[in-house]
Amino acid sequence: MNETVTSQSRLERILTSGRLAVTSECGPPRGSDPSAVREKGRLIKDHVDAVNVTDNQTAMTRMCSLAACIHLKQEGIEPVLQMVTRDRNRVALQSDILGAASFDIPNMLCLSGDHQSFGDCAQGQNVHDLDSMQLVQTACHMRDQGKFLGGADIKRPPALFVGAAANPFADPFEIRIPRLAKKIACGAQFIQTQCIYNIDKFKAWMHRAVDRGLTERAFIMAGMTPMKSVGMAKYMKTKVPGMDVPDAIIKRLSGVEKKKQAQEGIDICVEHILELSEVPGVAGFHIMAIEWEEKVPEIVERAKLFPRPAIDE
Amino acid sequence: MIIARKKPIEEILSDIAPYDRILILGCNECVTVCEAGGKKEVEVLASALSLYHLNRRDKKTFGEMTLERQCDREYLEEIRPVQDDWDAVLSLACGVGVQFTAETFPKLPLLPGVDTICLGANEDRGLWTERCQACGSCVLAKTAGICPVSRCAKRLLNGPCGGSANGKCELGADTNCAWQLIVDRLKALDRMADYETVAPIKDWSTDRAGGPRTVTREGIQI
Amino acid sequence: MTENPAPGTPEPRIVAFCCKYCAYAAADLAGSMRLSYPADLKIIQVPCTGRIDVIHMLKALEEGADGVMLAGCLEGECHFLAGNLKAKARVGQVKKILTEIKMDPGRVEMFNLSSAMGARFAEIATEMAERIRGLGPSPVPKKPKKAAAA
Repeated sequence: MNETVTSQSRLERILTSGRLAVTSECGPPRGSDPSAVREKGRLIKDHVDAVNVTDNQTAMTRMCSLAACIHLKQEGIEPVLQMVTRDRNRVALQSDILGAASFDIPNMLCLSGDHQSFGDCAQGQNVHDLDSMQLVQTACHMRDQGKFLGGADIKRPPALFVGAAANPFADPFEIRIPRLAKKIACGAQFIQTQCIYNIDKFKAWMHRAVDRGLTERAFIMAGMTPMKSVGMAKYMKTKVPGMDVPDAIIKRLSGVEKKKQAQEGIDICVEHILELSEVPGVAGFHIMAIEWEEKVPEIVERAKLFPRPAIDE
Repeated sequence: MIIARKKPIEEILSDIAPYDRILILGCNECVTVCEAGGKKEVEVLASALSLYHLNRRDKKTFGEMTLERQCDREYLEEIRPVQDDWDAVLSLACGVGVQFTAETFPKLPLLPGVDTICLGANEDRGLWTERCQACGSCVLAKTAGICPVSRCAKRLLNGPCGGSANGKCELGADTNCAWQLIVDRLKALDRMADYETVAPIKDWSTDRAGGPRTVTREGIQI
Repeated sequence: MTENPAPGTPEPRIVAFCCKYCAYAAADLAGSMRLSYPADLKIIQVPCTGRIDVIHMLKALEEGADGVMLAGCLEGECHFLAGNLKAKARVGQVKKILTEIKMDPGRVEMFNLSSAMGARFAEIATEMAERIRGLGPSPVPKKPKKAAAA
C-alpha cells in the first residue's frame, strides 16, 4: 500500500497504519437548523474516525452536504464529504471541492446519486455531466496535478483523500470486480460498500478483490446497517435495488418478538462485523445506522472496535 | 426516426379556442410511421374536433392537409396558395416541422398537435422506444453499439450505477438497464476486457449545452 | 357528461357495421326467424370488422348517428384471424376520443357472435337501441335524413 498520505485525513492515516477504520453516516436535516447535525455528530464522535455526510440522499432536498460537513468539523469531527454527480456540473463540482478544501475537509466520496424521480423534485432535470468515476478522476487531477479540468493552475490545490462506493451484490454480477478495479484505476483510495447482509457472497467478492491485488491499491470498508425490524429487512430485500438480504436474516428476526427485533438486528450487525474483521482485505467498517445514530457506540464497542486509535497531528 | 405522441384533445381544444378556421397539417415522415401525425391521424383529429364543436353549435371549420415533409421548404410551399383560408395551422409534425412551417409563414399562427418525444425505433406494434439523444459525438464504438447517453437515466459513461437489478433500471421494470445490455453484448462479442477501459470525461459542447447546432457541408452548398 | 341533446328523434339511429361471415348472416337469420329488432338500425355489411377504422365510427357520429356498433365474429374465430381483435382495440380508441370531447363513450360498442346466432343478433340490437335511447339523441345537429344515411 502507498505509505505516503495525500491529505490531513485521520481516516487515511488510520487506514494506512493498517488498523481497522470506522466511519458512520449523518444525513443533513430538511431545514436550516444546524443543531440536528451537530447533535448526531456528538452522539458518535468518540466511536468513529470520520463521518460521511450524505448529499441529498434519495434525491430529497436537504441542507447541503458541504455546510453540514463544516458544522461537524466545528464540533471536532472529521467529515467525509459525499458528492453526487446528479445535481452539479463540472463547474459546480470543482468549485465545491475547492470550497471543501478551504475548510480543510479532507475526505470525499464520489457517487452518481439516486435518480431524482425518487425524491421530492421528480420533475427536475438531472445533470450527470460527469459520472462517479470521472468525479474521482477530477478530484485526483485537481490534487495531483494542481490543475482544473480546464487546464489552469489551482492556487493551493485541494489535499483530499478520495473514495468511491461499491456494491458487491448488484447486477450484472460478472462486472462486480472489474467495476471495482475501474474505480480504483480512476484513483479511488478508499471504497465504502453497500450494506452487507449476505456474508458468504461478500467474502467471495472480497476474495476476488484480494486475488486481483485491488486491496493493495485501495482500502475497502465494509458497509453495515443494523436492521430495526423484520419489516425493514423485508423492505430492503424486496424494494431496494441491489440489496441482497438472505432469508436466514429475515427468519432470525421473525423468530423474536417484535419488541426485541431491534436488539436482534444490532446483535446480527455486531456478529457480522466480528466475522468480517477476520476477512483478508477488509480495511474497516462503514456503519450506516439510518436515523439510529445513537446505536453506533454500542455496535462499535461490542464489535471490539473501541477505543478508536489516537492519531498524532 | 423522430417519435411523437398525440397531445390530449383537451389541450388542443384550449389552444385552438381563439380561431375559427383551422388547418390540421399532417406530415408524411416520422410522425406517420409512429402514428401520431400522418394523414390518418389528421382525419381522426379533424373528425373529433368537428364533433366537439358541432355538439356545441360552434361554427369552427377544420381543413385537412398532409405534406410530404414539414421540415423542407419545398413541400411547405403547398400551403402558400391556401394560407389566407385559415386563421391558424394545427401541425401534427414534430417540433421541427411546426417551427419550420411557422418560419415559412410569418403571419400564420402555428399550434403543435403532438408532443415530440425522442429519436427512437419502432420496437413493436404500438411501441416506440428511444435510442439516441443526438449528443453530437457518438460513443457507440466504445459501448458495444448500445448508447448509455440515451438509454441510461443517468447517462453514465462508466456504468452501471448501484441501482441495476435483474437487468432492469432502478426506475422500474419497464426500463432495461443500458449497462446490463452493454455488458451482455460485450460478452456476446467476446470483448469483456473492453469494459475496464475508463470512458474519459465527455465533451458535451456538441450536445445541447453548446447551443443550437448546425451542420454545414460545403461541397453541397450552392 | 355534458351532452346537450337536441329535441329527440323517437327511434335512435344506430349504424351497425356487420361482418359478412357472422353478424350479417346472423341478422339475416334473425329476419328469417321473424325475430324483431329495432327498425332504425342501419346495417352495413363489411368483409371483416377489422376493416372498420376509427375514422369510420367518428364519421358515422359526425353524420348524425346516435350510436355505432361493430358486430364481428367470436374472439378466436375471425375469418382473417385477428380482424375482430383489431376492431375491438379501435372501438376502445373511439371511446377514449369520445370521452375527451365530452360525448358518452357508450355510443360505440363492439359485439361478437357467430352466424348461427340469429336470436343473439336481435338481442344485441335491442340492447344497443335501449342503451342509446337511455343516452338520448346525439348532440350532433341533425342533417336531413337523406344526407345522414350517406
